[in-house]
Amino acid sequence: MAWFTRQKPAREQGSAGEQHQVRTEGLWLKCDGCRQVIWRKALIESLQVCPKCDYHFRIDAVNRLKLLFDGPWETFDAGLYSTNPLGFVDSKPYSERLAGMRKATGLSDAVISAGGTLAGRPVYICVLELKFIGGSVGAVVGEVVTRAIERAVAQRRPMIIASASGGMRMQEGAVSLMQMAKISAALMRLDEARLPYISLLTDPTTGGTTGSFAMLGDLNIGEPGAQIGFAGPRVIEQTIRQKLPEGFQRAEFLLTHGFLDAIVRRPEMKSYIAAALDFFCGPLQ
Amino acid sequence: MDSEQTTDRIAALEAELAAARQVQAAHPWQRVQLARHPKRPHSLDYIQRTISGFQELHGDRGIADDPAIVAGMGFFEGNPIVVVGQQKGRDTKQKLFRNFGMPKPEGYRKALRIMLMAEKFGRPVLTLLDTPGAYPGIDAEERGQAEAIAVNLREMSRLKTPMVVVCIGEGGSGGALALGVGDRVFMMENAVYSVISPESCAAIIWRDSSKGELAASALKLTAQDLLRLGLIDGIIPEPGEGAHTDVDQAAENLKRTLRAALAELMALSVEALVEARYQKFRKMGNFFTEVAG
Ligand SMILES: [Zn+2]
Repeated sequence: MAWFTRQKPAREQGSAGEQHQVRTEGLWLKCDGCRQVIWRKALIESLQVCPKCDYHFRIDAVNRLKLLFDGPWETFDAGLYSTNPLGFVDSKPYSERLAGMRKATGLSDAVISAGGTLAGRPVYICVLELKFIGGSVGAVVGEVVTRAIERAVAQRRPMIIASASGGMRMQEGAVSLMQMAKISAALMRLDEARLPYISLLTDPTTGGTTGSFAMLGDLNIGEPGAQIGFAGPRVIEQTIRQKLPEGFQRAEFLLTHGFLDAIVRRPEMKSYIAAALDFFCGPLQ
Repeated sequence: MDSEQTTDRIAALEAELAAARQVQAAHPWQRVQLARHPKRPHSLDYIQRTISGFQELHGDRGIADDPAIVAGMGFFEGNPIVVVGQQKGRDTKQKLFRNFGMPKPEGYRKALRIMLMAEKFGRPVLTLLDTPGAYPGIDAEERGQAEAIAVNLREMSRLKTPMVVVCIGEGGSGGALALGVGDRVFMMENAVYSVISPESCAAIIWRDSSKGELAASALKLTAQDLLRLGLIDGIIPEPGEGAHTDVDQAAENLKRTLRAALAELMALSVEALVEARYQKFRKMGNFFTEVAG
């Protein structure tokens, strides 16, 4: 696809481009899907999709943005920091946990809010970063995503949210719970403005994230094999005291049961979204 | 605006009052126990004492009727109102029938159907929250538990009719919030409202679900906590040792709050109402600092 060559120059760009995800331990790795040994470089070329079995490895927020934007992007609201509203302490104080996560990811919290062009069309994209406390949604993610949606309404641009999240952030208690309502209300305004919202559900998207913005897309698009659900599998097993069926809460399961519009392979994702936006907004002038 | 300030003032005074009455403030874990007390009044107990001529309406017009949510129409002090509440059972048979108050997607969809009907006929809505959480089952996932909750959150945020929410017992995470978007949100004094149950939280942190007591403190889930965090508008006092010790009085207290809230809300245009509701939730959780650049 021409799309590949178009993407490559973008590699070193972007506001956080230096956080490229290449891990250096060895040239080969074992695929989680087919258990075969694959060449790491081949995996990078294939956008972290196994060339042998099509297993979709997880990718981080920066690489997700590289995949979708044409080139460099602008980031928004990257300077919001949680003030630890509950004074939460578990195995360590939440504020320390946050500090560690910031250092490890280079992000202030579990989201990147960005604006740029997708196949020539200006769009806003929010991507949740799973590596930051499981992509969990607290006050900061709630505010950043809400601002992004309000920006989309004000600028009349399409909104895309790529989820990779275990749900609401326990350490911020009911404050995080209410972010479900806050973001959903912002999406109501986007809906009233008749602007497209594409929700991209990647592995894993669970809990309150699925139970709010991730399920509210004009299109809900899953990546192959992604775990998507509301209740955690272990909680369900404990409640019903039986084993869960094979493939339960996978993207394919959700498609079968009517909750995804489509499952789209990563290499085709950008062109799929571009075509959908052409349909919703009309072709680019 | 004046009436909003009045409500805020009343809420603040109520909170002070509640705090003063609880000199030896109950431990959050005691609140959790009270919220789950076997004799705790449930939605139908309040409906019986608050709403006259209540007619329950069943079914989501798709899959089934979910007994974990009761919905219907009736009159509050002579005026038509729609009530939707999560419903627990008291004895074993009832508990099973009500699925321990854990709604399935069809329950949330029934709730939305009835709320849209309220909007259509210009009737206000009272919702009552009392659930350990949305039902975690295979069938619930197959029928889109997440989607049902998400749609309710979005649709309740634009419903063109006054909406009052009261958390009467357990506000169990997204499963409770799915009926919890409104113009005024109150909690009974001993109700709790949390993103996760204390037991599950303890299981995650200490790998020991018996440490619920510790988690209950850490989660800041009491009515007093939520008021302090700016997530609710007020606390409805409970009589004696808790609502179960005098259900009639508890219902009277709820009525007083509902009466005042509806008087304010019914005076607003639907446009002003929906705008204020958006701003209310928009401001929730402003617990961040912002560094430029
Ligand atoms: Zn493979």
